[in-house]
Amino acid sequence: MLLIHCPYCEEERPELEFRGAGEAHIARPANMAEISDADFEKFFFIRDNEKGVVYERWRHIHGCGRFFNAARHSVSDKFIMTYKAGEKKPKITKTQIDAVKPPAKGTPANEPVWTVGGKGEAK
Amino acid sequence: MSFSVNTGANRIAGKGRLSPSKTVTFTLDGRQLNAMEGDTLASAMLANGIHLAGRSFKYHRPRGILGAGAEEPSALMDISRDNARRQPNVRATVQEVFDGMKAKTQNHYPSLTFDVGAVNNWFSPFFSAGFYYKTFMWPKQAWKNLYEPFIREAAGLGKAPEEADPDHYANRYAHCDLLIVGGGASGLMAAKTAAKSGKRIILADESASMGGWLLAESEATIGGRPAGEWVTETVAELAAMENVTLLPRTTAFGYYAHNMVALAERVTDHRSRPDPDLPRERLWQVRAKKVILATGAIERHLVFADNDRPGIMLASAARMYLNHYGVAVGRNVGIYTACDSAWAAAFDLQNAGVKVTAIIDMRAAPDPDLVEKAREMGIPVRTGSAVTKTAGKMRIRSMTVEPIADPLSEKFEIDCLLVSGGWTPSVHLFSQSRGKLKFDEENGRFVPDIHVEDCASIGSCNGTDDMDTALAEAVAAATAAVSGRAVKAPKTSGFASMRGHLIGSAKGAGPDDHVMAFIDFQNDVCAKDVRLAVREGMHSIEHVKRYTTTGMATDQGKMSNMHGLAIAAEALGKEIPAVGLTTFRAPYTPVTFGAIVNHSKGDLFDVTRRTPMHSWAEEHGAVFEDVGNWKRAWYFPRAGEDMHAAVARECKTTREAAGIFDASTLGKIEVVGPDAVKFMELMYTNPWQKLAVGMCRYGIMCREDGFIYDDGVVGRISEDRFHVTTTTGGAPRVLNMMEDYLQTEFPEWKVWLTSTSEQWAVIGVQGPKAREIVEPLVEGIDLSLEAMPHMAIREGKICGVPTRLMRVSFTGELGFEINVPADYGRAVWDAIWERGEPLGMAPYGTEAMHVMRAEKGFIIVGQDTDGTVTPQDAGVGWAVGKKKADFVGIRGLTRPDLVAEGRRQLIGLRTKDPKVVLEEGAQIVADPNQPVPMKMLGFVTSSYWSETLGHSIALALVEGGFGRKGDTLYVPMENETIAVEVCDTIFLDKEGARLNV
Repeated sequence: MLLIHCPYCEEERPELEFRGAGEAHIARPANMAEISDADFEKFFFIRDNEKGVVYERWRHIHGCGRFFNAARHSVSDKFIMTYKAGEKKPKITKTQIDAVKPPAKGTPANEPVWTVGGKGEAK
Repeated sequence: MSFSVNTGANRIAGKGRLSPSKTVTFTLDGRQLNAMEGDTLASAMLANGIHLAGRSFKYHRPRGILGAGAEEPSALMDISRDNARRQPNVRATVQEVFDGMKAKTQNHYPSLTFDVGAVNNWFSPFFSAGFYYKTFMWPKQAWKNLYEPFIREAAGLGKAPEEADPDHYANRYAHCDLLIVGGGASGLMAAKTAAKSGKRIILADESASMGGWLLAESEATIGGRPAGEWVTETVAELAAMENVTLLPRTTAFGYYAHNMVALAERVTDHRSRPDPDLPRERLWQVRAKKVILATGAIERHLVFADNDRPGIMLASAARMYLNHYGVAVGRNVGIYTACDSAWAAAFDLQNAGVKVTAIIDMRAAPDPDLVEKAREMGIPVRTGSAVTKTAGKMRIRSMTVEPIADPLSEKFEIDCLLVSGGWTPSVHLFSQSRGKLKFDEENGRFVPDIHVEDCASIGSCNGTDDMDTALAEAVAAATAAVSGRAVKAPKTSGFASMRGHLIGSAKGAGPDDHVMAFIDFQNDVCAKDVRLAVREGMHSIEHVKRYTTTGMATDQGKMSNMHGLAIAAEALGKEIPAVGLTTFRAPYTPVTFGAIVNHSKGDLFDVTRRTPMHSWAEEHGAVFEDVGNWKRAWYFPRAGEDMHAAVARECKTTREAAGIFDASTLGKIEVVGPDAVKFMELMYTNPWQKLAVGMCRYGIMCREDGFIYDDGVVGRISEDRFHVTTTTGGAPRVLNMMEDYLQTEFPEWKVWLTSTSEQWAVIGVQGPKAREIVEPLVEGIDLSLEAMPHMAIREGKICGVPTRLMRVSFTGELGFEINVPADYGRAVWDAIWERGEPLGMAPYGTEAMHVMRAEKGFIIVGQDTDGTVTPQDAGVGWAVGKKKADFVGIRGLTRPDLVAEGRRQLIGLRTKDPKVVLEEGAQIVADPNQPVPMKMLGFVTSSYWSETLGHSIALALVEGGFGRKGDTLYVPMENETIAVEVCDTIFLDKEGARLNV
């Protein structure tokens, strides 16, 4: 069970308190009624579903009730950071990705060092 | 008075750590036996000279006890206290004996020693890998009548208890700085080191006594103290520390994301008379900052011909039984090994006075020191040799030994054979945590490589065999985990080497296809089955596993996986790492449903929501139905009435006089703020700007794709305040969707949303006499048609209680929905009932409500719509504001497919025979004589008997339905075809005359 950092409560809370709400940073067109079929398709149906860093929405539904966004690695499931709704899509650095991505096959054995994961904050 | 109880002829005086003065009595297949407190069922059986522990799953072969711990695949027993407290498939090596315990062997009929199922053994050539897939193929009909009943009868191990489990189980969430899994040498050392930091530490071990394999030691020392004493002292020291929680009898069975580890603690299974206040088991959900895995290693058996006879067991187990339980596993013991550690078992047994007949080591040149020691002790040694045959039906009697390079054989009479194929590190939890393993070629094993979670593996689960190194590793890992000060690990002496291994089949176990050389004891899989699977095209280890079922039993192949993998790799001509390992999954060992469910059963299984008037409905004989978590009054039968009669009467009474209905379960949301009307414009398809204060409107909510999401009546209380109602089940998702738009798309809008579903009790009074009944109770509201027309909402008082009174109707009759604060719901209801009953009012339930709304063609979202229905399809297109610039769904509704011809549209159906009531969900066709498969035009969504109309009515979604009015369609059923006529959805009072009074 994941630990998720709610940017409003400023707390790490268990996944049970949250509900996923799909991909983030898809703004509803202001001129909704006029957009083309192709644009509507893109807005409503098409999702990136990246293998790697995903930007997604969560709601702290059994907590403060707020929607917020997260950058997470879809293979390791680890969070890179969470941030408030409305904040700009953050640039994720290679260092940040390396900290959460699963180890590559053939990576040489490493010592049992304490890795850091799931703190929900940009490092 | 002192007396001594005979706890078995094979107890060796002076050996073991159990106390001979504390004894218990139990039965095994009805036979009474004595044991010592602390004995497992296995050690108690072995003390009494019993190796035969049951029959195997497939071939019904006699089987014994293989191990001394959680990995046991073979000795599965049925353990009970009484009829209800009975559990099948309990590992005899884990179950502690208690006074009055009843143990039974499994999988035999009529008796353990004479079992008719054993004919399967003679037919074993027919039970090859993939037997089920190959045999039960045809004819097709035979599945239902022959194969399935046969397989069901034969399948499964043990018999499930038939009574409900009377025990209770507990659940605990825990947080700690460091969780250590495994209380063996490394785990204890890590705990001892980390505990000094004062940080919160949990140490869990699956056994009754901490110590792991240290308990099997006799001569070894740690820090100059005998290993057993070091364990006792360390455990006592830890137990005295407030920051340390010791959990014996607790299995860490699942390792989940972010260091969440699930533990199952067996609290009372070892007690003769458990305290009824104690749970039987306790589930721990531990969130640990750091995890240290010290899960140890499991010894493997050897794969050779007839390696499954009772009396053949792991060498390490024999040492444990001797040095911890004081039990000799036999009198003439043979050793067959590929690993040094089995020699220690030979030496310990010989020193304890047991005759070790011979040590057979398949290695040409084992450690000369070991060979020399054996010579000194007078134990015959055969190196570079193999056991190629065993004899003995219910217990091993002899072994035939051949030099590997030589066909000359010799025979040894034995009553027990100890085997060792080396040690498999227990990487299960590490692997569950998504840690990556690497193959250690030299030692034939997988060891932890890359940690994904914040954890470390130490000791033999990390492939660290040497005790000094393991303890140093424990100290280092523990120090790092708690950021403590480095200390020195104690020095050790006398620990046996764990060097040497064999994975795969030994001499004589193939390639001959007839030899029964078992890999997986629990699922009866032999080496030949794996080879056959490869020959038949299973080239992935995951396929081999499923085809042969090796490693798929409840022990998950703890002893067998490496053998299966090596044999498959050999047959495939591939390296082991190239074949790969099957995935380790939780639970590590079987966990009871009781522990997982714990408190969530009976009344606590799920929330039950009851309305404020629930008690009244109960008192008046309501039959309830579940609607989501709600209990809703379904109908109110009177004496002699069945459901049909009750519903017919409730409808008739409501339409002729009045009915009272509990509508409290409706979802209610208060939408407030300067931008409330703008927000309503966005969320609902309807226009709201012009809705006058004090009036209501039926609202439809769509998703962006244009499909109906929810509906309900919305009242405008003031310019900036709306009383929104939703469907009973839809309230949470509607509020969630509203919050979503408000928080993420229009956060600048000044709107506040509050769920008021549970704050308002809602009493519906419907029928021609509704006004007459309600009027005298109301203060400050004029209920006349002129002052309060249909769809008006007023605030005032009823029975002295504040109310929002809505003149709305889901029945087509004059009606009111009276919202009062929930706490007054019952009192107001009582007052209305007192007034209405003499006027002929009756309570009605949800079924009558459904019938009456269907008579009026009112849809129920989720019943008449299914997530692919637009407002136009449902015939409520009038609710979509034509002049609106935006609302959720506005663009979706103009998508080509949503405006195309031939969509399914909601229409009414009348059966040609008025008495026939259609089945909801029944399919509709145009031509019943067309060939199968027929072209389905749609299906029935709602169908009832209408007492008021004297015929059945139905609603249906039918392709191009609006254009089919008057057409005859057909509903083909199993035994008949029903002709129906398409009609309007409004069956009653199309003009609304009944409302307008």
